[in-house]
Amino acid sequence: MTALGKLLRTTAFKLTLVYLTVFALFAAFLLVYFAWNTRRLITEQITQTVDAEITGLAEQYRQGGIRRLVFVVDARSRRPGSSLYLVTTRAGEGLAGNVGSLSTGILETSGWTETAYRRLDDPDGPEHHALVRVFRLSAGFRLLVGRDLEERERLHDIVIAAGRWSLAVVIVLGVAGGFFVTRRVLKRVDAMTETTRQIMDGDLTGRLPVAGTGDELDRLATNLNAMLERIEALMHGLKEVSDNIAHDLKTPLTRLRNRCEEALRLAEDESQYRSALESTIEESEALIRTFNALLMIARAESGQARDGMTEFDAAEIARGVGELYEPLADEKGIHLKVEAPAAAPVHGNRELVSQALANLVDNAIKYGAAGDPPLNGAAAEILVTAAGEGDRILLAVADSGRGIPAADRGRAVERFVRLEQSRSLPGSGLGLSLASAVARLHGGELKLEDNHPGLKTVISLPRSGSAPPTA
Amino acid sequence: MRLLIIEDDRDAADYLAKAFREVGHVADLAADGEEGLAHALDGQYDVLIVDRMLPKLDGLAVIGTLRSKGIETPALILSALGQVDDRVKGLRAGGDDYLPKPYSFSELLARTEALARRRGSREETVYRVGDLELDRLSHQVTRAGDEIVLQPREFRLLEYLMKHAGQVVTRTMLLENVWDYHFDPQTNVIDVHISRLRSKIDKGFTQALLHTVRGAGYMIRDSK
Repeated sequence: MTALGKLLRTTAFKLTLVYLTVFALFAAFLLVYFAWNTRRLITEQITQTVDAEITGLAEQYRQGGIRRLVFVVDARSRRPGSSLYLVTTRAGEGLAGNVGSLSTGILETSGWTETAYRRLDDPDGPEHHALVRVFRLSAGFRLLVGRDLEERERLHDIVIAAGRWSLAVVIVLGVAGGFFVTRRVLKRVDAMTETTRQIMDGDLTGRLPVAGTGDELDRLATNLNAMLERIEALMHGLKEVSDNIAHDLKTPLTRLRNRCEEALRLAEDESQYRSALESTIEESEALIRTFNALLMIARAESGQARDGMTEFDAAEIARGVGELYEPLADEKGIHLKVEAPAAAPVHGNRELVSQALANLVDNAIKYGAAGDPPLNGAAAEILVTAAGEGDRILLAVADSGRGIPAADRGRAVERFVRLEQSRSLPGSGLGLSLASAVARLHGGELKLEDNHPGLKTVISLPRSGSAPPTA
Repeated sequence: MRLLIIEDDRDAADYLAKAFREVGHVADLAADGEEGLAHALDGQYDVLIVDRMLPKLDGLAVIGTLRSKGIETPALILSALGQVDDRVKGLRAGGDDYLPKPYSFSELLARTEALARRRGSREETVYRVGDLELDRLSHQVTRAGDEIVLQPREFRLLEYLMKHAGQVVTRTMLLENVWDYHFDPQTNVIDVHISRLRSKIDKGFTQALLHTVRGAGYMIRDSK
């Protein structure tokens, strides 16, 4: 599309044309109205003047007969001006006046008539127009009085000329104005289009230009920029997630492969092959679990899980998870207790929250007391609670173990981080990462606190009925 | 047991068929949804194993069509989509169980046999295995006439095992059916519950009823 074509198709230009047409029509209407009224006024003036003259002349005729009338008309005819007079016999012979020739049949008319005429003293000159009235006198004489319409015609010409000129000016100014205004708008839109093209080509950091005028284009640009920020953040998150997953799975996959290669190289009898295969299956199952956990984390982080949000009772979840893990804790000499007396309605993803809480309890059992005698001589304890606090519900797991030193707490939440103390224990290192992602999905966060002694992990969730998170 | 396996992946289908046949079951194959539907409508199968993503007609549609024609053959859905919502969708479409890929064959076998059994049995009120009795109405458990006191959860665990007496019950099956959880507990949480139950019902008796099936799960069985 040519530049001109683009310009002509813009809304701005079309609007300009519409306004132009409306304005022109309005101006034309005004002009016509004014002209028509003025014409009427002039005509009225003429008729009044002529009427007065006729009345006067008729009086003269009555008083002095035709002689008198001729005398007066003659005198008046010599006066310069646009008044016309003519006195004729019944046969049409002129007796006095300043009219030379008339349109045919005028003398037979009555009432007001417009006629072409020539002046008596200028018989070869141009024809003029006049508004005349013919008066029949007694004995068949005719008296014609009229006035030249030159004024009115001049007005007519002026109006026509004015109309033509103003139309021309309006069109030129309108089109030119529309052109420039549109070009300015088009420039801004083109700048935006260019930016979006850059963005689509891959430069997610691009933002639309905001002119600072606060008009609708600016508002659009501002909103689109906000959207682009969000997209950039999501893309970044996605890249991070897929980078992490790729990286995190390569290690166990490589380990698996190496195991198999080693078996091929070294195994000699069936039992060795068998055990190699069995451990391969075990490894791949661990890998699958890790993969599923990573997927779950990715799901929680990408906001995909928002569709699966329902209303459920966090206290019920706490009780269920507690009950599931209680025997395991007991076996390790840990007393697991659940304190969730009141209902804790939550709006969230039930599956993810259950998994997150299970991870926290699992961690507490694994690291909360493993291998350490309790510090104050009492039995090791794990406390699972679900309680409301303002518009949030807090799900917490508190143990009485070694805890995590404050310096390490940030790192502990990252994927696959196994802190020094726990390197030797089984586990994938994803438990806290998932819990953290789940907390963030619900507009909260995972907090790691000192339980004096031990660690307290807290997930904060929105209480059902309060506004949804905008994370 | 007569099985119909509707799976478009050639390798996976052959593997499953062979594995099932080795255990003594009859397995027919169908490579797409339309073929599968046709077979299911004609043949008398005990369980249908249906892959969710199929050419021509997808798994859920196949099951839906069968159900609308009043065919109640139990169907187990296999799917790469493993989220809870996908599972719910599958069960709502008429499926009876849902197993995300990748799965272990022993898991699939255990669940398939559990589904086949379900079809045949009437709802009994008292389960019996050997001299162990469980009354579902009164919630009483006795062995050799002596009452055994169980916690509510332990009762439900035993109930489920006895409902599938003689069949393998996997840990995942227990987690889903006794606790209604669909997540991975990471550690051997279930094992501890089982060993607690075992100590209550098997301890002091010469004959153990609750067995561990290596690599698969558990089974309650009269060893005689």
